[in-house]
Amino acid sequence: MSTYEPEVLERLERDAKEIIAKYPKPRSALLPLLHLVQSEEGYVSEAGIQFCADAVGITPAQVTGVVTFYTQYKQEPVGDFHVGVCINSLCAVMGGDQIWRELSEYVGVGHDEATEDGKVSLERIECNAACDYAPVMMVNWEFFDDMTPAKAKQLVDDIRAGKPAVPSRGAESVCTWKQASRVLAGFNDGRAGEGTQAGYASLRGLQLAKESGWTAPEPERGAE
Amino acid sequence: MTTLTPILTKIWDRSDAFTREAYEDDGGYQALRTAFGMPQDDIIQAVKDSGLRGRGGAGFPTGLKWGFIPQGDTKPHYLVVNADESEPGTCKDIPLMMANPHVLIEGVIISAFAIRANIAFIYVRGEVLHVVRRLQQAVAEAYEAGYIGTNILGSGFDLELVVHSGAGAYICGEETALLDSLEGFRGQPRLKPPFPAVAGLYGGPTVINNVESIASVPSIIANGADWFAAMGTEKSKGFGIFSLSGHVTRPGQYEAPLGITLRELLDMSGGVRAGHRLKFWTPGGSSTPIFTDEHLDVPLDFESVSAAGSLLGTRALQIFDETTCVVRVVLRWSEFYAHESCGKCTPCREGTYWYKQVLKRLDQGKGSEEDLETLLDLSDNIFGRSFCALGDGAVSPVTSSIQYFREEYIRHFETGACPFDEAASTVWAGANE
Repeated sequence: MSTYEPEVLERLERDAKEIIAKYPKPRSALLPLLHLVQSEEGYVSEAGIQFCADAVGITPAQVTGVVTFYTQYKQEPVGDFHVGVCINSLCAVMGGDQIWRELSEYVGVGHDEATEDGKVSLERIECNAACDYAPVMMVNWEFFDDMTPAKAKQLVDDIRAGKPAVPSRGAESVCTWKQASRVLAGFNDGRAGEGTQAGYASLRGLQLAKESGWTAPEPERGAE
Repeated sequence: MTTLTPILTKIWDRSDAFTREAYEDDGGYQALRTAFGMPQDDIIQAVKDSGLRGRGGAGFPTGLKWGFIPQGDTKPHYLVVNADESEPGTCKDIPLMMANPHVLIEGVIISAFAIRANIAFIYVRGEVLHVVRRLQQAVAEAYEAGYIGTNILGSGFDLELVVHSGAGAYICGEETALLDSLEGFRGQPRLKPPFPAVAGLYGGPTVINNVESIASVPSIIANGADWFAAMGTEKSKGFGIFSLSGHVTRPGQYEAPLGITLRELLDMSGGVRAGHRLKFWTPGGSSTPIFTDEHLDVPLDFESVSAAGSLLGTRALQIFDETTCVVRVVLRWSEFYAHESCGKCTPCREGTYWYKQVLKRLDQGKGSEEDLETLLDLSDNIFGRSFCALGDGAVSPVTSSIQYFREEYIRHFETGACPFDEAASTVWAGANE
């Protein structure tokens, strides 16, 4: 059975301790711990499962039961840049289906598969709560809004050429899959201040209200 | 005419909207000070009086939910924010937390104080990295300012707040599945009763509220329950964010009093895209029965939408024009429900599986009239017989689409193919003509 090198183990144990300390009961830390081991190897390996089991005092089988339930935990390595195309109804209709067909053919890999160089993997994703920017794609869970087949292919070309991928709403450039997993494990990477506060579609109602002089009613002061 | 009421969205156009400074500039964290000067039961009463109903879809009165928490007991209480926004079409909480996480955090502190919870969690879906960063940063800023921690602002009240990322499971938006997930298990719903207010997280009294519900609390405390209740309709009070998406000229977030109509919202958003007309829409996400152009004037409040045969849900208005094949849309939603069914109960697990098979056949023009009856029969066996609302939600698009577009299903198998051109529905349709 595979295990971590002693120095890796020591570092992960330090991180795990910090995560577990946030929760009233250790098992609550399991989801973040799985993100943590994913940040080490890019997927949840056998060693990762054993580590989590030991950390919260349950069996590897119990951990595996959790891993297989959640789509963000990968049991095989994904690319450094994991590219999702929303194929839920609205995005699909707006062009997501065509993007997926063309991109998958262009990259030469299917759902949850990675390229041989390990740089890019593709996933058919469900609704990612950005419907007003359809068709939507995600790279390492950063938003790429208003996509087209051509923009999708260019994005993957750029990634494979080592150029930074710049999300529509997110950090100034997409971090790696492992780095993203570490943030999801609860470790702030200090990049929250980067990028826009809100995309153009998010602001449309507010802008119309301002142009039209519409506001919420004024509270009656002194009524309280 | 109904007009927009930017409250939660008010500071979104400031480039630093997500910082504590920006939020405080706009009066943020003043409601917290007001709340600490109030008896806790008065805060619960104010939320009850405001008429605020859950903004996560179900519309349960928020103050009533809080009132179910036993008081004077010895068990720890918990507040959990449901930030697992995943319902197809729903896209309001994510931009809210990206642009103004502090309004949520202020709401969390006030709400936790009211229900006497000393630990709170924000369970955010894991597929929104930058939102997770913004929440982590905002929580850190709130700790620095002494808004979270021990003896907050000298009130004697202590609170710890944990941002917890999910890992990709729609079902975790169901409140008891969320609790199982937060306890480190597969996210499967629990049998109710007992309700979370009695036995929730770790078996303790727990309130679970949607992001927008909790974010509305500071405005109620700052401006008064009457202020809130003066907006909206008699039984659906206050404001909410309406999310327009799809074949509309200016999709986006429009914050308005409940009771606004789609006709009004389409006027504001430039109408259905040029040269096309409305075919069908969802009032509150894919789990709410579809509406058609007959329903343009239905007030978008809980009662009126229910009376017209659907549900207000999350005010996720997905607009589809006449180029869209309804069978394709319903098939894809059904595939979603089959994928996201947790597998715990038979009607949902098996029913969504068969939906998928039958709809696929119909979409390819290989179905029959009998398939429509099979779908309706399946629906009878899922609806009301599933463990949680996911099953009922899966039924909505199927039965409502057959109700309004039976002819279109028939046309598929009569002609042996889908009569629609997928390319015509895309954003770029006509761009090269």
